[in-house]
Formats: sequence, structure tokens, C-alpha cells
Amino acid sequence: MQDRDLTPILSVQNLNVRFGRNAIAAVSNVSFDVARERIGIVGESGSGKSTTGRAIMRLLPARANVVADRLEFNGEPLLEKTEKEMGRLRGKDLALIMQDPRYSLNPVLTIGRQIAESARLHLGLKGDGAMAHARHMLERVRIKDPDRVLKLYAHQISGGMGQRVMIAMMLLAKPKLVIADEPTSALDVSVRKDVLVLLDELVRENNSGLILISHDIRMVAAFCERILVMYSGRIVETLTNLEEAQHPYTKGLIAAMPDPRRPVRRLKVLDRASIEANIAP
Amino acid sequence: MIKVENLDVVYGSKNASNHVVRSVSFDVGRGETLGIVGESGCGKSTLLRSLAGLERGWTGSIAFDGKPVGTARSREELKLAQMVFQDPYGSLHPRHRIGTALAEPLRAMGLGDGWSEASRALRQVGLPEHFANRFPHELSGGQRQRVAIARALILSPPILLLDEPTSALDLSIQAEVLNLLADQREERNLTYVLVSHDLSVIAHMCDRVLVMQNGIFVDELTKADLTEGVTHAAYSRELFEASFL
Repeated sequence: MQDRDLTPILSVQNLNVRFGRNAIAAVSNVSFDVARERIGIVGESGSGKSTTGRAIMRLLPARANVVADRLEFNGEPLLEKTEKEMGRLRGKDLALIMQDPRYSLNPVLTIGRQIAESARLHLGLKGDGAMAHARHMLERVRIKDPDRVLKLYAHQISGGMGQRVMIAMMLLAKPKLVIADEPTSALDVSVRKDVLVLLDELVRENNSGLILISHDIRMVAAFCERILVMYSGRIVETLTNLEEAQHPYTKGLIAAMPDPRRPVRRLKVLDRASIEANIAP
Repeated sequence: MIKVENLDVVYGSKNASNHVVRSVSFDVGRGETLGIVGESGCGKSTLLRSLAGLERGWTGSIAFDGKPVGTARSREELKLAQMVFQDPYGSLHPRHRIGTALAEPLRAMGLGDGWSEASRALRQVGLPEHFANRFPHELSGGQRQRVAIARALILSPPILLLDEPTSALDLSIQAEVLNLLADQREERNLTYVLVSHDLSVIAHMCDRVLVMQNGIFVDELTKADLTEGVTHAAYSRELFEASFL
């Protein structure tokens, strides 16, 4: 195995996000670095995991107040970039894969035109060349019948296929960092694995960094080298595997998952009072 | 408790027909929990909707408690089986207060206005009584699913039909809802039919699991099979492996 490049692509130091005049911060003092590796962010709804992802992409609405001691991508501060500069970065070096392909694909453009658009924008290809590249990308994400799929609209394909199309579109420009926000939670269990394996494979091939955001801690543990556990806007723990979980919140999350190999009559639920007590304000 | 024989559901007609459920038969005993697992489009929800009386176009026979029921149901027959849907956001009327939503089944059955029952029903699912005055958007997803369960239980049906009751919820909230369902089952000796694509939820809740693919059952697994990871068909093996990464 070649030596991995360990210089961080993304460096986050004390990221804080606050919406409007809300007294409670959505994200507070989050710090982490991402090199060319796969890291996972785990937490419940409202824990700030998606907000962190969107803050990096600079996709939060104007009323969100984002401050950070450092938010550097590729050595350049993201927060100082203009909207135009961000537009050039997004999709090219910094890609986001969202939860539900039904909402993130354009319903009035064919799949082919959507992928070709990103080939035109980021690779400078034109006309037939862009379309040929779109076809090639569909093959790469293992769609069996790319010529047919190129002509379809988003509503005519299944969720699993839609997510492959999203992956094709996002990884076409070989981005340096891919943020996948719950990429499989709208999908059936049976296609979930295929999509993740595919994403994993392409990310390795391009030698990109990956941030996988999910509430499914077991899934994240299977795919990521490092797991950040978030609770009410803070990172409470960083793990390399589930066995070393110390924080009561992480332990609670793991215990809440039904495991047929270890049947229990009642599942453990989170004891929120004791978790709150464990978090220094 | 439930006996289904040769149930068929076909949508469309002639050339454009789509045979969704293909002649399935199964029994569920009193107090038993039967799981049905399969991918999107395998016919599992259609099967459940036929049991609930929401799907009218089925053929074959369905019997609850020894009595056959038809496609059109009487009030008494409807009271035997109630359903909990996947999406708590979609299954509650956005402009009806929780109390109104809970009283609705009682009013529909001609059993009074149901307001007095609503607060008791809320208590039973672990929610405070004053939630009766709230609107669905003032509740979290897990709380809404608790309301949906309370609404299904308010007519004291012996059978509860659960269509992906936790797949819209966080894992930590899923545990709470599954515990609630397990407690209610014990307390009232309920019979459950639980449909899901997630084998780990099914395995946790069910005594017996039917694996469905393209409208037919391809495998039947017992609790012991699930614990030991035994499967009898290639498709259930595949599902099994995909569920535990």
C-alpha cells in the first residue's frame, strides 16, 4: 500500500454556527482535520452534523452566522471566498452528495444532460464530448444500460439508481473532498451496501477525502477510518472503532441498535439526563 | 388470529396489468408477531393495506379471528385491525390538533366524541396529556409516531398492522418506539404484522419472518434462524448480509 498523503485537505478549528438570534448554537467549537482519508460524522437529528457539512460547503442560508478560527480547504480560507469563487469550487474540488436523489436531481432535465452539464462546467468538455463522458461515468457507477438511462428523467429511475447518478455527477471532476450527507438513508437496505461500496471505491481511486455523515453508527464504522460523534452541536468523542467508545452518548447510540445476534427483550434507550450532565457547558 | 389464503392483488388490466401480490397464504397466531421483509416494490405494503381494508381490489380470502372479511368492511370488522403508517409527518392532519386526530376513529365508529379517551390514550404511549391541544408540527418525529400508535390503539383492536413504523426515525428514537410497541403487545396481548425493509428491526420484534420478493414469499425464518444467521434462500442470504455491514 502506498503511503497516504497526510497533509490535511480540510482543516476546521473552532467552527461555530448560530441561526439568526437563536441563543443556542447549532454547531459549537467543532475542530477536525481531513486528509485523504474517510471520516464519519455520527449523531441524531439536530446534533449539527449536517449543518457542519453545509457550513464547509458554504451552503447555509444568510441568517446563519458562521464563524471559525480556521476553516481552510486546500490551504485557502473558505470563509473569505466570494460566492463566485465558491461556485467554482463546489462540484469541482468540493462535492456534496445529499440524502434523497429525488430532490437533488433536476426533474425537468434528462439524466444525461445533468451529468453532461457538470462535465461541461468542470472539465471544459463540449457537446458530444460531454455526453460521451456522462455515458462513461454511468458505466463507472455500474449502471447496466447507460444509453437508456441517459435519456431518462429523475422520476423514471429508482432511488438506488438516482443515488448512483448523483455519485457519477459528483465524482466526475475528481473532487479533493466529498461530503456525503446521509447518502443511503432514503434507500432500501439491500441497495445501501452497493451504493456505499461504490462510493468508497471511487473515493479511493480518486484519492479524495470523504466525510460520511449519518445517524447509523454501525454503517459509518464499517466504512470510515475515524468517527466523530456529535451531540447538541459538539463533538463529544472521536473514535477509530466502536469498541473503544467511552462517552455515554456513543455507548447509548450503539446499544439502541437492534442486533439479532444478541436478542434482547427491550432495547436500551438514551438516558438524556445523564448525557447532559456529562457535557461541560 | 389472521388467516390469509391465495391473496392476489393485480393493478391495471389486460396488457398493462401489474401482478403485485401473487397468491400468498399465511397464518398469524394470537399474540404472535409476524414480520414481512422485502425491498421496495415487492408487494409487502400492498399486502398489509389489503389486510387493513384500504386496498379494495384483492381476491382470495382473509379471515380475522376465524371470521372471513370481505373487500368492503363493516364497522365491527374495521375495529379488528388498525394500521400504523411509515411517515408520522404524512399520516397526521397538519391542521387538526392531536386530540382531534386521536378522537377521530371513535367518532367515525359512532362511539361518542372521543375527547375523554384522547388524554388516556396519550398517557398510555408516554406522552403528557396537554399534547392533545398541540398541532402535529409542534411535535418531534418520535412523538408523532407515538401519537399514530395511540390512534391505532384507541379502538382496542386485537390486531395492529405496522408499515415501516420506524424507518423515518433516528436509531435512538427507533429504540424508544420499538420498546413502546413491545410493551403494548405484552399489556394487551396484541397480534402484530410488521412490514419493513430492515431485517434488524424485524428480527428484534418478530417471532417469525416471511421474506417477500416480487409478490411471493421466498423464505420463512424463525427467531432461532435469525439469531444464528441461518437462511434457506439465496435472496434472504443477500438481504441478511446487506443488513449487517
